[in-house]
Amino acid sequence: MPTPTDAKPAMPVIEFRDVEKQFDTKTVLKELNFTIERGERVTLIGPSGSGKTTILRLVMTLEGLTDGYIYIDGAPLVYEQRDGKRVPVSKRQQKLLTTRIGMVFQQFNLFPNMTVLENIIEAPIHVLGINKRDAIDRAHQLLEKVGLPDKTDAHPTALSGGQQQRVAIARALAMDPEILLLDEVTSALDPEVVVDVLQVLRDVAATTDVTMLIVTHEMSFARDVSHRVMMLDGGKIIESADPETIFTNPAKERTKKFLAAVLRDA
Amino acid sequence: MNYLDALVMHGPRLWDGLLLTLQLTVVSGLLAFVVAVVLGLMAGSTKLLVRLPARIIIEFFRGTSLLVQLMWLFYVLPLFGPSLGAMLVAIFALTLNYGAYGAEAVRASLTSVPQGQWEATAALSMSWPHKMRRIIFPQAWALMLPSLTNLWVHLLKGSSIVYIIGMSEFTFELLQLRRTTDWLFALAIVGLVVYFIIALVLTQLMRLFEARSKYKLGRGPSLKEILSPVLTNKISPADEPAAVAPGGAR
Repeated sequence: MPTPTDAKPAMPVIEFRDVEKQFDTKTVLKELNFTIERGERVTLIGPSGSGKTTILRLVMTLEGLTDGYIYIDGAPLVYEQRDGKRVPVSKRQQKLLTTRIGMVFQQFNLFPNMTVLENIIEAPIHVLGINKRDAIDRAHQLLEKVGLPDKTDAHPTALSGGQQQRVAIARALAMDPEILLLDEVTSALDPEVVVDVLQVLRDVAATTDVTMLIVTHEMSFARDVSHRVMMLDGGKIIESADPETIFTNPAKERTKKFLAAVLRDA
Repeated sequence: MNYLDALVMHGPRLWDGLLLTLQLTVVSGLLAFVVAVVLGLMAGSTKLLVRLPARIIIEFFRGTSLLVQLMWLFYVLPLFGPSLGAMLVAIFALTLNYGAYGAEAVRASLTSVPQGQWEATAALSMSWPHKMRRIIFPQAWALMLPSLTNLWVHLLKGSSIVYIIGMSEFTFELLQLRRTTDWLFALAIVGLVVYFIIALVLTQLMRLFEARSKYKLGRGPSLKEILSPVLTNKISPADEPAAVAPGGAR
């Protein structure tokens, strides 16, 4: 675990520099610049189509970068500048960085050909090279933590949506990520199980110093766990502040309107 | 000629023909499967240099007839150099021809594995061989099996074409026997029944593979349950997919 003394103080854990993302001819993100500090929990809010999920997918390298640079701990993730030119980074370097990043998806995406335990230990054993017994011990701890200690040998299809998502969270945590990306993790769930999943995440937030980048429509959750909230609109960050300010006294009219709309629905 | 004499005379040849047909079906079938997987994986690649050779091979062998391929390999190729034996030519042509069709089935089923599964492997930083072997292929396997079964049955029936390069497989022997006897009707029935039975065995065997692969994906009963009629009657997988959790036997 990094402590404040051995981490370089000035180095943000995620940095977007002049990031632009286009899908075909549609520009989703434009001249996007922001940094996220180590241990910080940041929630992205904004109307659908504002580019929130795209930001997460860019960090996980699930999408190509149209222009600009992304840095993880100061190291270029997709492109780097060499002799004044923008060149792709090596696959090796990229893999080195992405192993520090975990992601939980809206649709859980558990592997149906494996049991719960196998889902959790697969990557730690084969990607990180952890020995099997340690990986299994850790998986049991994590299942305990997400409240599913008795589902070790269950099959994902035999679990409810909320249970599957909690396993997916355990699977991501088993990789000991420095950065955890949460992409609308409760949007596909029945309302009554949303609470369970959010409770697990609140617990993770309270007990670890993992950096979190969160996209969610659960505003009270965002308010509770975030250090900072960024409001996106039309592919740009229009406002970034602590949750208290954003939710009670936003500077921008657009933020006020957006929050009024989503909070009325809630 | 009475029945007995004819059978004593032709029986062993008919049997040899049947064995050759089975040999071609099994050997070419297995090799075609390997070719299909290799070409299918290549054809699904995002890299042009990997995809292009696979596409050329697939399109060539799909786009030209098996008959012409056999003629080329057996009669024309020796004019330029190597002369392969009839058996080798037959296996080679059947393998590539059906392998090319199979490759399309493999490629299509790989792309049918939900996008989310590919993304989950990326989020866990799995390498290409790792994710293919452990995550993507096992799921695609369940999807490709029905098509591969079809192709295998096609191969069984299509194998009769090797008579044009002088191979005495089952259909050829059947026709020989017809020429020396007047049992057109009886022999035609034998032809139907024998191919039907072989095809039936192939499809049932593949069904078991399919059931096993579905069970591993958490859909449907285990092989044990399928093979024991008592249990299958009790559990109806179609009604309650969620209730069929795998037992401890995995």
